[in-house]
Amino acid sequence: MVIRTEGLSFNFGNQQVIKSLNLQVPEGSIYGFLGPNGAGKTTTIKLLLNLLKTQHGSIHIFEQEYHNNRISILSQIGALIEQPAIYAHLTGKENLQNRALLLQVSANRVDEMLSLVQLNGAANKKAGQYSLGMKQRLGIALALLNDPKLLILDEPTNGLDPNGIIEIRELLIKLVSQHQKTVFISSHLLVEVERMATHVGIIDNGELRFQGSVKDLEAISHPQIRIETDNTVDAANLLNRKHYTVTDVTDQYIFVNYTSRDQTAQINTLLIQNGYQVFSIGKQQKDLEKLFLSITQNAA
Amino acid sequence: MKGFLLSFRSEFFKSRKTLGFWAAVILPLMICVLLFIGFYTKSEKLASMAPMMLWLQFAGAILKVMGSLLLPMYVIFIAYSVNNIEHNADTWKSLFSLPISRCAVYTAKYFYALFLVLLCMCLFVLFTISFGNLLSLVKPQLRFDNYHMEKQLLQVYFKLFLSSLGILSIQFLLSLLWANFLKPIGVGFICTIAGVILAINNWEYGYLFPYAHPSIAIANMVSRANEAANKLEIDVFTKEVPVSIVISILVFIGGYFIVLKRSIR
Repeated sequence: MVIRTEGLSFNFGNQQVIKSLNLQVPEGSIYGFLGPNGAGKTTTIKLLLNLLKTQHGSIHIFEQEYHNNRISILSQIGALIEQPAIYAHLTGKENLQNRALLLQVSANRVDEMLSLVQLNGAANKKAGQYSLGMKQRLGIALALLNDPKLLILDEPTNGLDPNGIIEIRELLIKLVSQHQKTVFISSHLLVEVERMATHVGIIDNGELRFQGSVKDLEAISHPQIRIETDNTVDAANLLNRKHYTVTDVTDQYIFVNYTSRDQTAQINTLLIQNGYQVFSIGKQQKDLEKLFLSITQNAA
Repeated sequence: MKGFLLSFRSEFFKSRKTLGFWAAVILPLMICVLLFIGFYTKSEKLASMAPMMLWLQFAGAILKVMGSLLLPMYVIFIAYSVNNIEHNADTWKSLFSLPISRCAVYTAKYFYALFLVLLCMCLFVLFTISFGNLLSLVKPQLRFDNYHMEKQLLQVYFKLFLSSLGILSIQFLLSLLWANFLKPIGVGFICTIAGVILAINNWEYGYLFPYAHPSIAIANMVSRANEAANKLEIDVFTKEVPVSIVISILVFIGGYFIVLKRSIR
């Protein structure tokens, strides 16, 4: 495991913001750390970076504890926490040069990073004049500068336009698949994470509600049959009478729990024989977004 | 040590385009240029003065305000500016998640502030001597070139530097803990005024109050030993100077433990 926490808890004063967190982030994974705003994501990240002192429980990074190995652990991590930390009075390039100086990284690496995040054109512009998306990209370049094994990113696509989000996603997938990095990425948006994550942890109110691979997450989401028909209410009543479990009815669609392909065909036949027009019918995974909401809302 | 040197260089790299750095150059330059202009325009009145008195007038004009106002306020500003660069950019968290020890980051920042104060004091000496000699070149009736007080000036400014260390440590810590501009500057300003009042009134325990140290240092700078011989000798280590150094070391070390314990938000 690249990150392993056991019983990690943290209090701000009397308020417990992290409750007995057991994170397991395998090597070579993109771990999506999901949770609504205020769930404790940033606090967890600060604990993982030793910016907050561990009060209860333990943190192992690369199977080492911070106690005696702070510098060796931190030298293998690149991080972007909340808004990127950028000196507004320096240019984008100078920001990278300053970090390169501190990390003793060669000057070539600065140019490489600038082209990686496509900031060559704006390299000599003051970072204070950058758009939010450019700042975010510069933040990612700063995090990648020392070629870290583990990348910890806190909401890295905040403020990015759709193109920017796609670029970041592709970059992260490339880093993991081609350069054997591990990425720990927090977000409050599931859609953003489900497209790239291999593993997911869902945190709410400081507690880990779910942890596992994306496949595990999909497995607990029950597939459904979505039927598009002309009179959804009557059709739904008919299906109910025939002992199918209708889970949802909208103006356009009926949703029925999926059991098999044959069952789908039977429903289709049934509806047509009873004079309903079926415009479309098919198996559908329950939206992970809904699952995410149900996991985080059930708890509330 | 390596971490310290890297951090120190980074401090210079970050600040070299800011007022925080350039103030160390601009402040002595501007004051010396203003004095130069003053002496140049009033050269007729001053021509009768003996060279030693000329130097005392020239350097003294700065030193009069240096102890009570200029140096404390400059130190307060520098302590604020080296920390504010991180508060402003919200970079404490990235600074403290670098593979460099917290001690190195903290110490390098403090020593960079110290370096800026020292640089400013050195430039005051350099510009005072340069502009004094320049005056004797452009106005030969001003006999600045007939007397040398480089050594005394170096001693006075070194004494001032040492006497400001207590303020520097306290203000450095306040500016590190408070992201706000008004709090450290406000506290510093009030304490400076209190210090001046203590120094003016010659309060017997004034030497224990760091903000009074530069004023007292100026008041006690001339050694009484050789007064009769009309020789100008500077007493560098009067009692407020070691007090200032001790306070600065204690606050510096205490500040480190506060930083270590403190969570980085």
